[in-house]
Amino acid sequence: MGMRKIEIGVGLFVSLAFAAALMLALKVADQSMSGGGATYKLYAKFDNIGGLKVRSAVKVGGVTIGRVGSIHLDAEDFTPVVELIISQEYSGFPDTSTVSILTSGLLGEQYVGFQPGFSFDGIESLADGDYIEDTKSALVLEDLIGQFLFSRGDD
Amino acid sequence: MKNLVEINNITFRRGDRVIYDNISMNIQAGKTTAIMGPSGIGKTTMLRLIGGQLKPDSGDILFEGNSIPSMNRQDLFDCRKHMSMLFQSGALFTDMNVFDNVAFPLREHTKLSEQLIKIIVLLKLQAVGLRGASELFPSELSGGMARRAALARAIALDPKLVMYDEPFAGQDPISMGVLVKLIKELNDALNLTSVVVTHDVTEVLTIADYIYIIADKRVIGHGTSEEIRNSDSALVQQFLNGKADGPVPFHYPAPSLEESLF
Amino acid sequence: MDFFARIGRSIIDNCSTMGRASILFWGAMVAKPQPTKSIPLVIKQMYVVGVQSLLIILVSGLFIGMVMGLQGYTVLVNYGAEESLGPMVALSLLRELGPVVTALLFAGRAGSALTAEIGLMKATEQLSSLEMMAVDPLRRVISPRLWAGIFSMPLLALIFSAVGILGGHLVGVDWLGVDAGSYWSIMQAAVDFNDDVMNGVIKSIVFAVVVTWIAVFNGYDAMPTSEGISKATTQTVVHASLAVLGLDFVLTALMFGTE
Repeated sequence: MGMRKIEIGVGLFVSLAFAAALMLALKVADQSMSGGGATYKLYAKFDNIGGLKVRSAVKVGGVTIGRVGSIHLDAEDFTPVVELIISQEYSGFPDTSTVSILTSGLLGEQYVGFQPGFSFDGIESLADGDYIEDTKSALVLEDLIGQFLFSRGDD
Repeated sequence: MKNLVEINNITFRRGDRVIYDNISMNIQAGKTTAIMGPSGIGKTTMLRLIGGQLKPDSGDILFEGNSIPSMNRQDLFDCRKHMSMLFQSGALFTDMNVFDNVAFPLREHTKLSEQLIKIIVLLKLQAVGLRGASELFPSELSGGMARRAALARAIALDPKLVMYDEPFAGQDPISMGVLVKLIKELNDALNLTSVVVTHDVTEVLTIADYIYIIADKRVIGHGTSEEIRNSDSALVQQFLNGKADGPVPFHYPAPSLEESLF
Repeated sequence: MDFFARIGRSIIDNCSTMGRASILFWGAMVAKPQPTKSIPLVIKQMYVVGVQSLLIILVSGLFIGMVMGLQGYTVLVNYGAEESLGPMVALSLLRELGPVVTALLFAGRAGSALTAEIGLMKATEQLSSLEMMAVDPLRRVISPRLWAGIFSMPLLALIFSAVGILGGHLVGVDWLGVDAGSYWSIMQAAVDFNDDVMNGVIKSIVFAVVVTWIAVFNGYDAMPTSEGISKATTQTVVHASLAVLGLDFVLTALMFGTE
């Protein structure tokens, strides 16, 4: 029947569109991190976050383990606090771990580089809601130049 | 004799051009009424006025005693279920085959089961002699067959009134004969009221019970075919006999030739 | 004086055209729906306007993605930033090219066909005959086509963007050797589902309404002659394309302008 061919055609068309939407959602926009999968939160205070944005990646040695959830200013000491949403499958980092804001390439995106600390007895693991103490701020070009000029002036 | 449609003193303009000037007609129930006249005087417009697709500027049109121009859309649609129109081109839906075309009004307006619809459609197609063509698409039909298929569709809902818009235009003598016979037979067998708009004089005189001849924005003659044939109006005789010049002039109104050329 | 009369007349004509278009839209979209009868009609029209436009969308999407991959690479490689090819391709497709090019192709492929079909239905008295059968042509003919267009175009735009991103991958990664991991991961970091994907879909829905509306209106309003239909078809493509490009600017300003 003619109608059957039409129904199959439209069915395929809609499924194809659905597959495209799924690909855009998962592969292109990467919804999987914030959508599904259990996560936990860590916090880190920086002096300067540079160009870091919400949804920037959190990486350990290049492997993405989570994303920046939100960025706000601490109400008391006016330093930026970055909320890191880390996938539950990467847990048990020691609390001597350090985070720094790095740039991928010369003009690339900024991301949070996570450096797991050494783990030995007496050192606790980072749990949900903990603050990471040891942080390194983003490199800001103007500050670097300023420091350079200042150190030249000492000579 | 009861009138199914009464047209009372209507005036209709299209832009500045007056098409009808205070015209009146009665269409008797159960009869075949022909509306004749030269081309371009708006015979089709009359059918559209009866069908409510156009509204007259003044005057009234009654269908079974109800005024068509003053109806709201819903009432008009209910009213149209009792009338149908055979368009000049047939106006079959080109994306459906003949069977679905005839079944269309039944599927739209009734809740009959598919088996019942099939029986009705095949009976209607049998009546117009196209039962064998039910699987064909309109593009595969000849002009005459398309008109017969459209006729089957027009009578699918057993309407009270069927309006034929130039049913004989551009038909060969055989299909013309078939259509004349069909219109006559259907009118008698189904107790329809028929309105035939045409300018084919000889055909219509054989089937029409009553004839109106329209020219120059008004009715110039009406009566049974006998009365029309014997009419002493010069206009009517010009139309019947097809004289090139007469009360309806050969020339479109224009200044005299000498004036235009020199 | 003639000059002012001409201006006045064209304003009056345009206003009355807009009025008729609005009545058509209202009558077709709001008119009492009959789901059991309408859904098969919409599906049939989705086949005509959606499925039959699929091939041109797939091919154009692939080629546009490939061209963007190539062009983007040649520019970005100068700055050593060819890793950013992914977000460049993805963002331009999702925000702009997907909805806009799909709408333009749709206007040319499906819109002109809709106009011609409806115009011919009018010329062959099929619409009149529907009316005389007490069936509202707005509901029976116009409404399913409008809905089918509105459903189909955003789906086509999604497919277009997805295929385009794959096309960019084909050229950028498989041919020019950008790292596949960074193509996807930098893209993932740059693309936000709500801001980019959903805004693109919203744009596409707006374009779908406008293009399909223009197409069915031009058909419905066409002079029932062969000349009138050809004029209406041309008008559909021209008006729809201009409307899409103009609206695209307005929507872009609203969506991305205030950041």
